Amino acid sequence: MTVKNGRSASAQGKPGRSLALILIAVVALIGSMFVSGNTSPRLGIDLAGGTSITLRAVPERGQESAINKANMDTAVSIMERRVNGLGVSEAEVQTQGNDNIIVNIPKGTNSKQAREQVGTTAKLYFRPVLATDVTGAAPANPSPSASHEVTDRSTGTATPSGPPTPSAAETQQGRAVTDALKTDATPSPSPSSGSGDASSKLQAQYASLDCGKQSVRATAGKGVLPTEATVACGRNAQGQWQKYLLGPAVVDGTDVDKAQAVFDAQGASGWIVQLDFTSQGGKKFADITGKLAQKQAPQNQFAIVLDGDVVSDPYVRSAITGGNAEISGSFDQQSAQSLANMLSYGSLPLTFKEDSVTTVTAALGGEQLQAGLIAGAIGLALVVIYLVVYYRGLAAIAVASLMVSAMLTYALMSLLGPAIGFALNLPAVCGAIVAIGITADSFIVFFERMRDEIREGRSLRPAVARGWPRARRTVLVSDFVSFLAAAVLFVVTVGKVQGFAFTLGLTTLLDVVVIFLFTMPLMTILARRKFFAGGHGWSGLDPKRLGAKPPLRRTRRPSAPVETKEA
Amino acid sequence: MSRLGNLGSRLHHGEIGYDFIKNRRIWYGVSILITIVAVLGLAVRGLNMGIEFQGGAVFTTPKHMSTSVAQAESYAHDASGNEAIVQKLGDGSLRIQIAGIETGKSDQIKETLAKDLKVDPEHINADLVGPSWGEQIANKAWQGLAIFMVLVVIYLAIAFEWRMALAALVALVHDLTITTGVYALVGFEVTPGTVIGLLTILGYSLYDTVVVFDSLKEQTKDITRQTRWTYSEVANRSINGTLIRSINTTVVALLPVAGLLFIGGGVLGAGMLNDISLSLFVGLAAGAYSSIFIATPLVADLKEREPQMKALKKRVLARRAQGAAQGESLEAEPAGVTAGDEPESEGAAPATAAAVGPHNQSVSRGRGRGRPPGKR
Repeated sequence: MTVKNGRSASAQGKPGRSLALILIAVVALIGSMFVSGNTSPRLGIDLAGGTSITLRAVPERGQESAINKANMDTAVSIMERRVNGLGVSEAEVQTQGNDNIIVNIPKGTNSKQAREQVGTTAKLYFRPVLATDVTGAAPANPSPSASHEVTDRSTGTATPSGPPTPSAAETQQGRAVTDALKTDATPSPSPSSGSGDASSKLQAQYASLDCGKQSVRATAGKGVLPTEATVACGRNAQGQWQKYLLGPAVVDGTDVDKAQAVFDAQGASGWIVQLDFTSQGGKKFADITGKLAQKQAPQNQFAIVLDGDVVSDPYVRSAITGGNAEISGSFDQQSAQSLANMLSYGSLPLTFKEDSVTTVTAALGGEQLQAGLIAGAIGLALVVIYLVVYYRGLAAIAVASLMVSAMLTYALMSLLGPAIGFALNLPAVCGAIVAIGITADSFIVFFERMRDEIREGRSLRPAVARGWPRARRTVLVSDFVSFLAAAVLFVVTVGKVQGFAFTLGLTTLLDVVVIFLFTMPLMTILARRKFFAGGHGWSGLDPKRLGAKPPLRRTRRPSAPVETKEA
Repeated sequence: MSRLGNLGSRLHHGEIGYDFIKNRRIWYGVSILITIVAVLGLAVRGLNMGIEFQGGAVFTTPKHMSTSVAQAESYAHDASGNEAIVQKLGDGSLRIQIAGIETGKSDQIKETLAKDLKVDPEHINADLVGPSWGEQIANKAWQGLAIFMVLVVIYLAIAFEWRMALAALVALVHDLTITTGVYALVGFEVTPGTVIGLLTILGYSLYDTVVVFDSLKEQTKDITRQTRWTYSEVANRSINGTLIRSINTTVVALLPVAGLLFIGGGVLGAGMLNDISLSLFVGLAAGAYSSIFIATPLVADLKEREPQMKALKKRVLARRAQGAAQGESLEAEPAGVTAGDEPESEGAAPATAAAVGPHNQSVSRGRGRGRPPGKR
């Protein structure tokens, strides 16, 4: 460097190093793009086709505080379970903002059914188990059906002593009892009111039920009135499908006040789910547990049924009267939490309203994507033409910088798809196109600064050295404002606006990176070439064309406020 | 570059320039007029809110439909029981808007429509919106707007000073008002896309203003240590100095947006691309205008009220009067003086005291230059 300028020495000192750095970054990002197999950004529903549903949580009157992160997360996990239970591949459910849930269902799945699923409120019931059996073959090796026990939390001490082992024995016995339903025994809260006909029909249905089949599971126990007995499927602790014959609901989801997963350090029962009932629910629960406790397995079990699926089937050994229960046995953290979530869902004082449903056919999605790309190409071409006409040789630097910026944006978008669930939608494409302007403007600021220095009579290298620190500040200040706008939008808004804000923010950040690590070092290096330094007519830096003054002769006024100009 | 480059050079050297500060009252007037028209338009005509703000459904059929618009309208009416607005888009597809239907009923309507129009329901695009969706988007946009404004004013007050923050805010509100006014007057439909575009203007309008302010701040750093120019004059120089950049920025920003508008409007017919780019286009133009004609003159106005700046002005005027008395012409001033330095550009100033040269070409210019300006 011929110029010893303290402020810019560091920035200009090692242009090669900065260039190498950014090139390595580009190569690394593109490399990881290929290695991870995410070679293109994930497309949003409006570009790929599919259905996108925006749901808004509506709290019950007087329960406005119910819209909080925990409740929304619970709702999301329930909905995810329901949508994916339909066999929808890659449906995604996520919260957005404070009170919105977005459900994206890719094309090719039954969006109508999915909409029905997310649109309706989940139904959670506690039903007494009349009979249960592991699905499929292997009667030789029946697994314990009830590995969980529900106990009274308020009386405390009774709990830990009972290991789940007895249930295994009881179950074997229990299977014999299955027949009891036919003959004598309608268990107390039972379907007995139904005619023997209905009961035997249900028996037959139960006997032929094969929970191993997804299609069977999708229908079994669905749409049954809570007052009727039913069959249902569920997965036991061993992950096997198990079928159930269940009595009418005795407690329903709204009777649950609160459910949470806790780690029971003292009782040594590991992860447990604590369950608090409302006063009414507590009474019902005391009633049913009192009756169930006297029965033999599996009829001492009750099933917690969510949307027709048995999610837990704990057994009872004594009446639980306090309104506080805990379910224990063979939980790990995840399963305990998931059960607690499901139990709480029924008590969520929230309903979900469909705020918008967008169905985009694959054809239109493709068209919109194409249109967006064409618009981007046209925009980029126009900008390049303008830059070339106005800046000539300098335009090459600007275009190269734009390309680097574009590559970085593309690679990051592709990588962020799986990483943070970023999906490129139409507004995001729009944001990227608008960003061409912001990015190009940084170069304009820099170039104009440099040219002003040349107009002052400096030769190119000092002009770069002097122009850069000033341009740098301007770029940083203005990009900050732009980034601030994007960040606020991203945090506050939902859906489409968010996609737009994300791209705008990302490209603004990249703009700063590119001008610091690429444009400026490249300019510094090229300033040594004769083409630019000599002010070739096509370089865009021709002092004559720029109307430069003759070299400085006079001593300049020391305090002149107008010594230099903004580009 | 040739011509424009030349213009840049002449602006840079102050050979030419427009006295933005001196004429600011005209531009304030123009802006106030436009704003009043915009507000009146909003009040009288109101905004044409899209279906997203009323609740309802928009169905878009596949391309090349043979069904006529009137026929489709009657089908839609029969299917939904509500009035429908049908447009035929450029590619022959039909866009059927039905306001006021519930999201729950839409599937049925869609199927009926598909049967009537003889297309597979799977090939119909549907956009169903609950009645509160648009409102929700708008509310969040307002919220975002408010948060952004507070943050940006704080930031600008720290990075620059409160006067600039205030002026930037005025310019921003000005841009937003004009843009919404244009929407009201022309009757463009307001959709969530429009809201997105409008929010983008936030960033962009300020971006432009900030660049001008940055130059202003730099040039007025040591202003009180000299007696040659008043704040307003320096401000004017600074606008003129960044004029080329402002033009370039606006052109470069508008070109991609124009591309979007062309594709969105011309090829796709209606839709998100079109909505975003339309409001961006209007807003960007307003933003470029306001940062030059409104924001900086406002700062100058506010600054000139400071006692320091008043004192400076007095000193400058005194010096000029003295200079004139001694018969010293402006020629003696060293290079770098703008054309804009002549009249006391304060419209409010009691008198234009100094002896002034012609507006366009400062006398000192011609001497000692390598070549006359304008020659290539």
